[in-house]
Amino acid sequence: MLPNRAARQSCMPDFDPALVLAGPYHDLLVSGLKLSLQLLAITFVLSLPLATIVALLRLSPLRALRWFGCAYVESIRNVPLLAHMLFWYFGAPELYPESVKHWLYAMNIEAISAVIALTLYTSAFMSEDIRSGIRAVPAVQFEAGRAMGFGFLATMRLVILPQATRVTVPPLISQTLNLWKGTSIATVIGVSELMYQAAQVESASFRSFEAFVFATLAYLSVSLLITGAASWYQHRYPVRPT
Amino acid sequence: MIELIDTYWLFFLVGQYPNGPLGGLSLTLILASLGLVLALPLGLLLGIARVSPFAALRWPVTAVIFVVRGTPLLMVVFWAYFSLPVLTGHKTDQFTTMLVALVVFDAVYLAEIVRAGIKSLPAGQMECARSLGLSWLGAMRLVVLPQALRHMLPSLVNQFVSTIKETSLGYIIGLTEVSFIAAQINTQVFTMPMQVYLILGLTYFTLCFGLSRFAYWLDRRFNRGASIRVAA
Repeated sequence: MLPNRAARQSCMPDFDPALVLAGPYHDLLVSGLKLSLQLLAITFVLSLPLATIVALLRLSPLRALRWFGCAYVESIRNVPLLAHMLFWYFGAPELYPESVKHWLYAMNIEAISAVIALTLYTSAFMSEDIRSGIRAVPAVQFEAGRAMGFGFLATMRLVILPQATRVTVPPLISQTLNLWKGTSIATVIGVSELMYQAAQVESASFRSFEAFVFATLAYLSVSLLITGAASWYQHRYPVRPT
Repeated sequence: MIELIDTYWLFFLVGQYPNGPLGGLSLTLILASLGLVLALPLGLLLGIARVSPFAALRWPVTAVIFVVRGTPLLMVVFWAYFSLPVLTGHKTDQFTTMLVALVVFDAVYLAEIVRAGIKSLPAGQMECARSLGLSWLGAMRLVVLPQALRHMLPSLVNQFVSTIKETSLGYIIGLTEVSFIAAQINTQVFTMPMQVYLILGLTYFTLCFGLSRFAYWLDRRFNRGASIRVAA
């Protein structure tokens, strides 16, 4: 019992929420939360078009393009996000030309590497959702579009994509939830997002409990909002029977 | 690059073993297998509780599953890292910490797979078994689960792939799994970060791509398209 009580007393003094609700620790955690949300927003905006392009590659009539899309998705999905982050932060910058390197180091290179890794990773997963959404639209729709004289891209844009959206958005939102959780891994390369700041507060104050409760609640609330958005969408725009 | 592989392949595969603790790729595989195997019974229990007719059981389990699914694994790892020593009273090594975090995290995802597997069976199976006089648990054990588990096999292999990818987070708490070893090799070589991390990526790719192809094959072999899908 003795070591147990000693450990309890040294590691977990009385829970004091005031510590993370105001003051310097609070500011650190909030700045981390802001950066996490920025990572989420920037990555989301960048990965959506990239994912659409990859999904179209995988559905294109040309075998070489299909193969390229498939290689992109499989090679990215089967490697952990952490390895992507390490690669884009430690490995890749040496390949960039001098001018790009100077610009990167003048900017926030950690955050930029994290955004590159997150965007590539998320778009690989999102492209699969978009692809299966497009395939859920019956092939005759596509054939009818082509028969009316539309090209491949025009048929996609005007006939297929509007119908595929209803099928695609819910899984895309669930990928966004994964992206939100993935932003925490940027800690590894020293991006000062929420998880990083929680660890900073923990090591500065030894108040691990308070810092982690704050971070957990922050992650949970955003996750709750994202999940709520998914069920709202499914309720508001159900898949129409074709 | 060949020279790099030639010098460090053994360190990459087993870490400092036999002269030190086991590490590298073999530790990654042991951790992932052990994590999934230990998470299975827990996931099964949680999954059954999630579809059980007893609200007192269903609601708390649903809440726990929701909370864990809404938190990053890294957060779970941090909680395990700081609360395990407090709860058990003595120092916990990185392997146990990571294992506990993985078991908790995986059990919750497995619970959703189990739930989806049970839901994918026609309700008539349960009703039939109940009308034959079996209790709810008996019907679950003898009629529903044996059929549902068969449907779940491909999802389980896919979950193993996710678990392998998740073990990479051990890097953060200093567990000497393959990503950590790669970072160590990178520090020792110093001039070839690109190649080191490329090899790390290729290693994960070979392992996970092979396994997901295997899951795809299982899916085609056993379910003939009638498989279940769980959003990750």
